[in-house]
Amino acid sequence: MNTPASQFNADARRVSADLRHRGIIRTAMNNYEVVRDRRKAGFQDWQGARDLAARTKCETISHLDTHLEQFARLLEARGTVVHWAANAQHARDIILGIVRGKNARVIVKSKTMTSEEIHLNEALENAGCEVVESDLGEFIVQLREEPPYHLVFPAMHLTRAEIQQTFQRKSHDAPSDNPEDLTMVARRVLREKYLQADVGITGANFAIAETGMISITENEGNARLTAALPQTMITLIGIEKVLPRLEDLALFLPMLAVMGTGQPLACYNTLYGGPRQPGEADGPEEFHVVMLDNRRTTLLADAEQRDALGCIRCGACLNVCPIFCNVGGHTYGTVYGGPIGSVITPHLRGLHEWKHLGYASSLCGACSETCPVRIDLHHHLLQNRRNASYAKPIRWQKLAFQLFALVANRPRLWSLTTRLARLGQKFHGLIKGRALDPAQAWTRTREIQPIARQSFHEWWKERGK
Amino acid sequence: MPSPLKISLFIPCFVDLMYPRVGISMVRIFEKLGHKVVVPKGPACCGQPAFNTGYWDQSREIAIRLMESLQNAEVVVIASGSCGAMMKVFYPELFAGTKYEALARALAPKCHEFAGFLVNQLGVTDLGARFPHKVTFHDGCHGLRELNNKRPPRELLSKVNGLELLEMDAAETCCGFGGTFSAKFPAISTAMGEAKCAAALATQAEFVVSCDSSCLMQIQGLADKRQLPVKTIHLAEVLVQA
Ligand code: SF4
Repeated sequence: MNTPASQFNADARRVSADLRHRGIIRTAMNNYEVVRDRRKAGFQDWQGARDLAARTKCETISHLDTHLEQFARLLEARGTVVHWAANAQHARDIILGIVRGKNARVIVKSKTMTSEEIHLNEALENAGCEVVESDLGEFIVQLREEPPYHLVFPAMHLTRAEIQQTFQRKSHDAPSDNPEDLTMVARRVLREKYLQADVGITGANFAIAETGMISITENEGNARLTAALPQTMITLIGIEKVLPRLEDLALFLPMLAVMGTGQPLACYNTLYGGPRQPGEADGPEEFHVVMLDNRRTTLLADAEQRDALGCIRCGACLNVCPIFCNVGGHTYGTVYGGPIGSVITPHLRGLHEWKHLGYASSLCGACSETCPVRIDLHHHLLQNRRNASYAKPIRWQKLAFQLFALVANRPRLWSLTTRLARLGQKFHGLIKGRALDPAQAWTRTREIQPIARQSFHEWWKERGK
Repeated sequence: MPSPLKISLFIPCFVDLMYPRVGISMVRIFEKLGHKVVVPKGPACCGQPAFNTGYWDQSREIAIRLMESLQNAEVVVIASGSCGAMMKVFYPELFAGTKYEALARALAPKCHEFAGFLVNQLGVTDLGARFPHKVTFHDGCHGLRELNNKRPPRELLSKVNGLELLEMDAAETCCGFGGTFSAKFPAISTAMGEAKCAAALATQAEFVVSCDSSCLMQIQGLADKRQLPVKTIHLAEVLVQA
């Protein structure tokens, strides 16, 4: 049966051996690291900024209800319709309801991972709509019928030549593999669609409680067009994205840009406060905000790991993660990849089916070290392992650790085992690296270090004599 | 010179079996500095494998015995950054809310990784060692991130006669060992190890030095299988050379 775990294992095996993939990602990440570090150095006190960001997020999440109420009240006061969606199905139904009510045929979207989480495009297409992604990276992966590869860089796994081929195949319009030419192709298509679209759907980076506004960060101006041109605007946003004060953006906007793309600030940071008000020249006539729970409240109830709700989806933990860089974004088989995905997916989609993500880590801690809001990512992976083994222990593993404890705890037994292991090792050569080898997971690609003729404890004992 | 200490040396299971010279080197170094070394009679392991795999009860069985055996220790030096992190950082978490929590919290500040102990506790950086080779240093992740051990090993290496330290690209990137991870996800682990070997080779260093034998086992194991000219050596084995 193809379970998420077996799919992960198979894809991880394939992609991690793919040297071409490794090269593409390595180059991209090297470039990212250089600009990120340069921008980080622009902060007077980066560690202090992280402390402040972590504290702000923690306090907000502890009073999520209050902030959400304030946010919704202020938005509604200016004529926005606020919807509350308990789960993915509910959110899809709400959005489909709005779309049907408008008789919408063409929908433009700006980048929103939350819509990937609820599989919105599929639902809209099944309802007969044409859905067009307007973020360039998303536009490319949509043409390829692939999910986004990375939270911030959806098409980072592709070379320019591959993108050119995709454009050629899908639109017969790809003059060269020059980024500017390719962007012009996308722009020609998208400009048409903005004008045709009846509904624009966006995500959001932050929801400001104090002013009842949503904040969208982008680099291409596509979210602005998505929001401004169609008559109806829908914003889908996870309930954890709220920030108490407008001034919090002074910290979070640069932080997101620095860690996301290595920019001091993204090119466009826009606040949306509602539909077009009387006397205003532009903006949508109708504005809907859909607030999504989808088990975020389950995570909120977990005192150990609720800091994970503070994630600003900057993608920095993916970029420094050696697992992510080797297995690639698609291997995760779920919308949120990398360390943050491995932490939250078992909470959002079920521990039993997704526990393998917690084990697929060397626990190196590069993620926690980099996370701008100080989410304790790699320790949460350990906790997920613990939760998984308590919920459903694997019998042979448990037995093996019981046995090991028995031996390790008794110096005499340990020294006997040492001698037995030395003996067993003599025969290991016969099967090493083959199917019969119990250590083949190691020995297929690595030599095994032999047991020393005299162990440390044996030496110590002899010396004491 | 600080007054002589009684140092309880904890030799983790795989160092005991496969890398006894790492422990022996530490004994020689501490004795040369005038301290007394004791090896407590207790468990052979810190319980990290079970802990990292999620079997905290089985981990506790070992950890309790180990904590008890070290209860009266003045200071504890652990011959691995990873096991050091286990005892110093993770024991308090493993026993949080249990009757052993106080024991774990009392032990934690007494626990030190070898290099960090020499530099930060003993204030020693120059051991009069001589190792006329080009080396590169690999930061074990636990030592680096859980114990904040970036500086000490480099300070120690900088004082070794004839030694030239060539920093590798991405020295702080994991080698891919990760305990049971290396057997559970061998393909990912191998890919990570390959990158590490390549970075080490690119420096043209003769040796890869680390504070963690487990990382060196991964790097050496991979290099040997591919017949790459990589040689690994633990920091203690470098510092003991005269
Ligand atoms: S967990 Fe931290 S580093 Fe990772 S995406 Fe979220 S905010 Fe960024």
